[in-house]
Amino acid sequence: MPKLTIDGKEIEVPAGTTIIQAAEKLGINIPRYCYHPALPVSGNCRICLVEVEKQPKLQIACYTPVAEGMVVKTTSQKTLDTRKTVLEFLLVNHPVDCPVCDQAGECKLQDYYMEHGQYNSRLVDVKVKKHKKAVSIGPTVMLDQERCILCTRCVRYTDSITKTNELGVFNRGDHSELDVVPGMQLDNKYSGNVVDICPVGALTDKDFRFKCRVWYLGQTKSVCPGCSMGCNSEIHWDKQRPRVEKTARVMRLKPRLNPEVNNYWLCDEGRYSYKSIDENRVLYPQMNNELVSWEKAIDAVASAIKNSPASKVGIISSAQLTNEDLYAVRKLFKDTLKISNVDFQVAQKPGYSDDFLIKADKNPNTAGAKLILQSLSGQDATQILEKAKRGEIEVLYVFGHDLIALYGKPMVMEIVKHVKTIIWQGTTVNETCSYAHIILPSAVYAEKDGTFTNVQKRVQRIWQAFLPLAEAKADWNILNMIAKKLGHDLKMESSEGLFCEMTSAVPAFSEMTYEKIGEQGMIVKS
Amino acid sequence: MTYSTEQKRKELEKYFEEKSSFNILRVAQMKRDWKKANRRELTWWESTYIPTVAGGIWTTSTHFFRNLFFHIMHLFGLYKNVSAAVTYQYPEQKRPLAKRLRTRHRLMKREDGSPRCVACMMCETVCPARCIEITAAEHPNPNIEKYPAEFKLDLGKCVYCGFCVEVCPEDAIRMDTGKLDTAEYSRQSMIYDKKRLMEE
Repeated sequence: MPKLTIDGKEIEVPAGTTIIQAAEKLGINIPRYCYHPALPVSGNCRICLVEVEKQPKLQIACYTPVAEGMVVKTTSQKTLDTRKTVLEFLLVNHPVDCPVCDQAGECKLQDYYMEHGQYNSRLVDVKVKKHKKAVSIGPTVMLDQERCILCTRCVRYTDSITKTNELGVFNRGDHSELDVVPGMQLDNKYSGNVVDICPVGALTDKDFRFKCRVWYLGQTKSVCPGCSMGCNSEIHWDKQRPRVEKTARVMRLKPRLNPEVNNYWLCDEGRYSYKSIDENRVLYPQMNNELVSWEKAIDAVASAIKNSPASKVGIISSAQLTNEDLYAVRKLFKDTLKISNVDFQVAQKPGYSDDFLIKADKNPNTAGAKLILQSLSGQDATQILEKAKRGEIEVLYVFGHDLIALYGKPMVMEIVKHVKTIIWQGTTVNETCSYAHIILPSAVYAEKDGTFTNVQKRVQRIWQAFLPLAEAKADWNILNMIAKKLGHDLKMESSEGLFCEMTSAVPAFSEMTYEKIGEQGMIVKS
Repeated sequence: MTYSTEQKRKELEKYFEEKSSFNILRVAQMKRDWKKANRRELTWWESTYIPTVAGGIWTTSTHFFRNLFFHIMHLFGLYKNVSAAVTYQYPEQKRPLAKRLRTRHRLMKREDGSPRCVACMMCETVCPARCIEITAAEHPNPNIEKYPAEFKLDLGKCVYCGFCVEVCPEDAIRMDTGKLDTAEYSRQSMIYDKKRLMEE
């Protein structure tokens, strides 16, 4: 283990570590463009040059391995001067069109110019014009060759991470350009990531383009609910200044680093799944196609459940719900009302999957639902629906499922004929809810606190980004209201309280708290 | 014993200094707040107020008799080029404005008549009254790239600070129309859109 000194601080790191990694461990940030921890090192941008004692020339921190007794200076005058010069060189052919560039505000060129540049332009010649400006290179990404500083992060990404090799650098010297390989398009399941890794505004997101300036965005940590992988994400929202549509609050999703789950990446499907947060939402409680108040709707639900025997109530829960919601379902229907027809596993067809991030199971919390509900359920959701079809069920409580899409219209029509009351509680309008007698609006994942359990059985936190739209409420909150109406005070007052209770009730979750789970999650006990 | 402000100040200073080092700033603030103004005592002659009252009457009457003289002269057709009163007959007669005065906004145009604005949202960001609302869109010309599909400026909210003009990287917004009178029948029509701002 070589020992070295960086800016006067000593550190011991394993052999083979580069200076930039060692500095990061000490909390020293060395500027970088081409270096990305998840990509192979290329060493072409030269902004990370640092002074190493007893070496005549400056060394690039991203590719120089540490050695015993090395003394590195990252803030010496020589280093700072070099940074300034390198930056000036990188900006020679850059158009400096920050006013129209979407990256402005999160651009490393801007940041380092303010930190290390601050020079006046000395360029007397005309800037070299590149060929493509604002050209679409795929379904999600726009390319601007002028802004590119040729760090090749995106090229290395398509080479080593997606292994699709769509991008490359063409021509030589001043005329080098980043482009897609002729006849190809940047069209893969993970293409959106090139926008995140691009340190400048050369690659911009078509979906986010010109929608909002980045400094208006608020950020909330979350977990993508698109599939059972549970990639860590960050919701970027613009509450005060809705621009494009007046109701849209979420502007984009960005991946959040979690080395155990998704590393730095997010698939395109998950990245653009945020639209369901604001579009097609169920906003108000409804009874027989009429808007009603919450009291009235809860009254109707409670009396329907009260007036039928426990064996004739069917609960189709969902793996889209958080662990807390599922525990509330179990606590109210299973433990308190002694209803045996509770299940969540509907006959869902497996979706697209690959060996990287996308999983076939499109529910974020199947593992959690199995731990919480299946441990004591005897009934399969399909069996419950079969029962309903035979007329053995009087009250059917559905959590957000589109039964018509899953089981076909004839089956649902048969169920509608036999079941007295269908209660549908969910976030997004679908065909099934038009057949429900009572519709209860619930909050989407961005509007509530909670936890999801992913396919690795890792329990991960989601945080509330904003209040629910219109009159929607979190699922556990609705169940609490029903419980109160039925005369049971179950003390379900907050998601954290429910989670604490769940840790003692479900052995797999024992010894967990929101604090311990933190930002990176925690694996359940097997 | 009179409880003078000086004593009170000393007491408070002592109190905060005793508390902890965190209150250094607070004490500094206090020292600044409690600055004593040096007010000169009036002399006996000044305290009768006769010199100031007389001075006031003198100013008023010079204006009165000057204006009276010129009004009478105007009746006989004399001194027509000298204004008799200092009043401007607004709105028929407009007061000359200083060149640098900030007046109603206008959006500058390119040669082809389209707005010069590139919807960078700098003015919207800097605006302390939050009266500007821009919706950006993709321009067909990739060298322009971005343009404002909508540019709304609420003159009912605007405080005429001129930050938007100062911050604009394209010199697309100016406050030099010389129009000061913005009167409308509703708040909604106080919101000027792109078309109206370009007509100015």
